[in-house]
Amino acid sequence: MQPEASLEERVARADAESVGAGLDALDTPLSERATGPAAVAKRLAARVLPPVVAIALMIGIWQALWAAAIWEEYKLPAPSAVWANIWSLVTTGKIVDLFWVSVHRAVIGFAISLVIAVPLGLAIANLKVVRRGIGPLVSGLQSLPSVAWVPAAILWFGLNDRAIYWVVLLGAVPSIANGLVSGLDQVPPILPRVGQALGASRLGGIRYILLPAALPGFLGGLKQGWAFSWRSLMAAELIATSPDLGEGLGQYLHNGMSLSDISLVFAGIILIFVVGVGIELLVFRPLENSVLRSRGLTRST
Amino acid sequence: MTATVEAQRVRTEAQQAVRFDGVGKVFGNGKQSVVALDQVNLQVEAGEFVCLLGASGCGKTTLLNLVAGLDNASSGTIDLSSSRPAVVFQEPALMPWLTAAGNVELPLRMAGVGRSERRRKAAALLDLVRLGGLGGKRPHELSGGMRQRVALARALASTADHTSNGDAQKPSLLLMDEPFSALDAITRDVLQAELLRIWRATGTAILFVTHDVREAVRLGQRVVLLSSRPGRVVREWNVDGLTGGSEVSTVDEINAELRRVISSHAA
Repeated sequence: MQPEASLEERVARADAESVGAGLDALDTPLSERATGPAAVAKRLAARVLPPVVAIALMIGIWQALWAAAIWEEYKLPAPSAVWANIWSLVTTGKIVDLFWVSVHRAVIGFAISLVIAVPLGLAIANLKVVRRGIGPLVSGLQSLPSVAWVPAAILWFGLNDRAIYWVVLLGAVPSIANGLVSGLDQVPPILPRVGQALGASRLGGIRYILLPAALPGFLGGLKQGWAFSWRSLMAAELIATSPDLGEGLGQYLHNGMSLSDISLVFAGIILIFVVGVGIELLVFRPLENSVLRSRGLTRST
Repeated sequence: MTATVEAQRVRTEAQQAVRFDGVGKVFGNGKQSVVALDQVNLQVEAGEFVCLLGASGCGKTTLLNLVAGLDNASSGTIDLSSSRPAVVFQEPALMPWLTAAGNVELPLRMAGVGRSERRRKAAALLDLVRLGGLGGKRPHELSGGMRQRVALARALASTADHTSNGDAQKPSLLLMDEPFSALDAITRDVLQAELLRIWRATGTAILFVTHDVREAVRLGQRVVLLSSRPGRVVREWNVDGLTGGSEVSTVDEINAELRRVISSHAA
């Protein structure tokens, strides 16, 4: 199409190219993340040190309050007594059983919730009738404490695993479904339009555009869903205790109350806290961080 | 110097990328309805660069949406003899979870093109927009101009004929909806030159929507002025190869006409 370019044209074009290359170099956002062992160690220290110091401080205050003997021993246990309880669980290996009973229930409950919540969320987000019909219901269920279902679940299913799973489901399904709905709602409308212009079919558009675009919101929902299922499970275990159910962390806590052993109660609370936070930190936080970072949506913490 | 062509041009038998015959588009119905386009007759020849010019509300974007198949016309016919038109929007709208190369590969993936073939085509298209070697970057790591070039490469990937190699019988068509209006002046200037280079290299027909008269005259072979509400073709100018004084006088003339069209709405 183009006839032989004259010298001036070629000079002009070379000039335009170098301007373009210069603009590219100048306008490219700089990545401020330093690498190298020293920088990584520094970042790690900045991340780890503050919570460690905070925990140490809290234990110090606790120890001081206990030493001051303001409350009786059966109300506020010594940190060392609580630690002794936990340590004996560790040395006897009983802690593995406790964790196993509770965590496997939470994981199974969470998995079933996921299977129910994803189609539910997709239906609410995509079908107007469904959204109007059960959308508010699902949002409302999220604010209903799922522990309120424990009496009904026991009357329906008896004191067994099914009752516990029922309570966990009612805690986790609404938050996972809501997370997916808000993730899908927040997809910029230009993206599906671009997909259509690029020749996406209806299914292709959902698979290649909508679902990946909704992933950050969905992950947030998953995280919240985990927190809700863990919470509901502990409430259910605490209330529905029976020899058939095996001993999980909730029952352990309940035993402490029955025995009026405050150090056992504290140990139970700490273990429940550790598991809940541990799974969030080990599973959901890294997942969320990697998704956000790859999209340039880095979070401050 | 400036050949003013009537809206109803005598059509040649040359192959056309797209042809509008009495196309109308009405939004809503009853008293609330808005006529966006009315009796639009327009054609883009294979390999031609046409700029659609008009003030806001003239239905430029509606027109592009009709060609792109994102919307349906209320009346009239659109003959699209090109393969699926490629569309570049005002925003790059890159998928943030994909790399630059991943974005270019996306239309190929949705069309079921094999992995190695996809890689090869994406690399070639990134080279075409001078982003060779940057395929691994994420959209947030690129500048605005670079993102828009990735969007252009992606659009070109969507139009490429995936079944046969090379000799595509159908003319290709690129639709651009104010693609440079969100960029700063110098980036816009560089990208305009890039677009002309790519147009010459690929031989694709381009229908380019803009509200910038200077841009339209610089880029297009033909400038089509649309009126606003309803959008009708007011006038066409042949601006191919204009330089220097004649370019300036044409810009002035089109500007005057555009102002006249806009001020007719004041009453």
